[in-house]
Amino acid sequence: MNIIVPVKQVPNLTDELEINSEGDDLDHGALQYVLNEFDEHAIEEAVLAKEAAGGAVTVIGVDTTGELDSALHTALAKGADKAAKVTGEYGRGVDSHTQARLLADAIKGMSPDIVLTGVQAADDRDGQIGPMIAAHLGLPYVGVVTGVEVKEGKAVVHKEYAGGVMAEFEVTLPTVVGVQAAHQPPRYAPVSKIRQIAKTMQIEEIAGNVPSGAGSTVRRMFKPESAGHAEMWDGSPEEIAEKIVALIAEKGLLKREA
Amino acid sequence: MAQDILILAEHLNGRLADITFEMTGKAKQLAAAFGGKAVGVVLGSDVGSLAGSFGADAVLYVDDAALADFNPEAYSRVLAALIKERGPRLVMIGNTSMGMDVAAGLSVTAGLPLIAYVNSLAADDGSLVATSQIYGGKIQAEAMPDGEACIVSCLAGAFPADEGRGAAPVEHIASPAPLDGLKVKFVRLIEPEGGDVDITQQAMLVSIGRGIGGQENIELAQELADALGCAVSASRPITDAGWLPKTRQVGKSGLTVKPKVYLALGISGAPEHLEGMRGAELIIAVNTDPKAPIFDVAHYGATCDMLDLVPALTEKVKG
Repeated sequence: MNIIVPVKQVPNLTDELEINSEGDDLDHGALQYVLNEFDEHAIEEAVLAKEAAGGAVTVIGVDTTGELDSALHTALAKGADKAAKVTGEYGRGVDSHTQARLLADAIKGMSPDIVLTGVQAADDRDGQIGPMIAAHLGLPYVGVVTGVEVKEGKAVVHKEYAGGVMAEFEVTLPTVVGVQAAHQPPRYAPVSKIRQIAKTMQIEEIAGNVPSGAGSTVRRMFKPESAGHAEMWDGSPEEIAEKIVALIAEKGLLKREA
Repeated sequence: MAQDILILAEHLNGRLADITFEMTGKAKQLAAAFGGKAVGVVLGSDVGSLAGSFGADAVLYVDDAALADFNPEAYSRVLAALIKERGPRLVMIGNTSMGMDVAAGLSVTAGLPLIAYVNSLAADDGSLVATSQIYGGKIQAEAMPDGEACIVSCLAGAFPADEGRGAAPVEHIASPAPLDGLKVKFVRLIEPEGGDVDITQQAMLVSIGRGIGGQENIELAQELADALGCAVSASRPITDAGWLPKTRQVGKSGLTVKPKVYLALGISGAPEHLEGMRGAELIIAVNTDPKAPIFDVAHYGATCDMLDLVPALTEKVKG
């Protein structure tokens, strides 16, 4: 079974996000990038599917930062078999439509049985890449999936709705699936293994050649002004704990053994 | 219908989802500005009674056995054909589990831009301005489509639902696209399993997020909850990691809770989470990041490492 995992790099949201001087984009140069967390789950689910049904996993991304290699090496250390990156003049913050076109072009020649990707990413302003890749490849798509099982040319997937309700679908392969969460938490790859892989394994380079553009243009980017804000307490953990206990007691919810 | 707005109605188990009313209310306002109509699109089978039960100017109802349950492939085919036939100015789809399966693919097949995660829409001098809530709710991006026509996917709760309630004349239409040979087959709905604590019934919740650090610290939160006589709930990353069961997840894809007291410990407050807890009576948040969005909805807050606070709090509660 040929499993392809398209991934995306996104700014690390624990960093302070700054807007550029034009006010229409992030100041991408100042940001650390990490692999989209949902893609981490897609990689895990792909490796689990390979372990269950056999086959090979290829992880592929558009190298928008010049730093994709380390994410790909990590994926290889976790059990992916091959890694590829799309190169070209596609910089940080390039839109989802462009990344999906580039990835679909690259995947077309790989004859996938199943494409697993993160259901969404923090920077999907113009939409998620999974359904776009599916549309470009003429394949079906089911997303918000928390479990994929592949058997006899079909994928059985569980899709989450709100409130804990799930729907089960059976999809004839090949298909694209948007992974919300893998069957198990993404595995850890030891640094020593990643280093070893970085020395020994090749990342295939694919020259990207599609025009950029999302079909919409950001005219202003800004930080949301919140309608309200918590009254903030200073003090030691003990002092804060005391204030919390007082509020809980006020609500009549403190059940101390008298 | 070049100035009309198509709204994809969302329904499950014979009920329209709130997002349908929310989008419809906004669509009517925009349609008036554009000089078109707000047209609901209901895809289903034998759901005639709900087809006209929202306040669109008109409803197109495609009744087909292949649409009996939500099916992303069938929905995408019908919507692509409808867009081609009718050339709407705007297509509104929920940025929900169902909507996210179709909106981005339609953008490619219909050749229309998609602006996603939209929580504000306006007609500015006749042009559409759509604002996306991105980067985990930390950034708003105000954008305009390069051409006139556009698809937007709207966040749940972005617009008032009441504006979209009412009734609409329903026009039955045959499916504008063939629905045979579908590769996606709906099998069944799986209702959430019971057995575990029902977090929606708790008067108080000790809710934990990434700040818990590791699975080994879950115990600390449980000790606090035990002392308080309440349950531990969590944000998405904790249940995704398998540290707590899915039944404990608060948020858009989990459960909506309204306890008297909600202790948000080490939770940053992603939009997905806020949607499930902002209705709590009293919200107290503790997080190391003073700019965490959780402080925008909390009543009281402290910048503090939850791992320092929780043992101190447990001790104080025990008295």
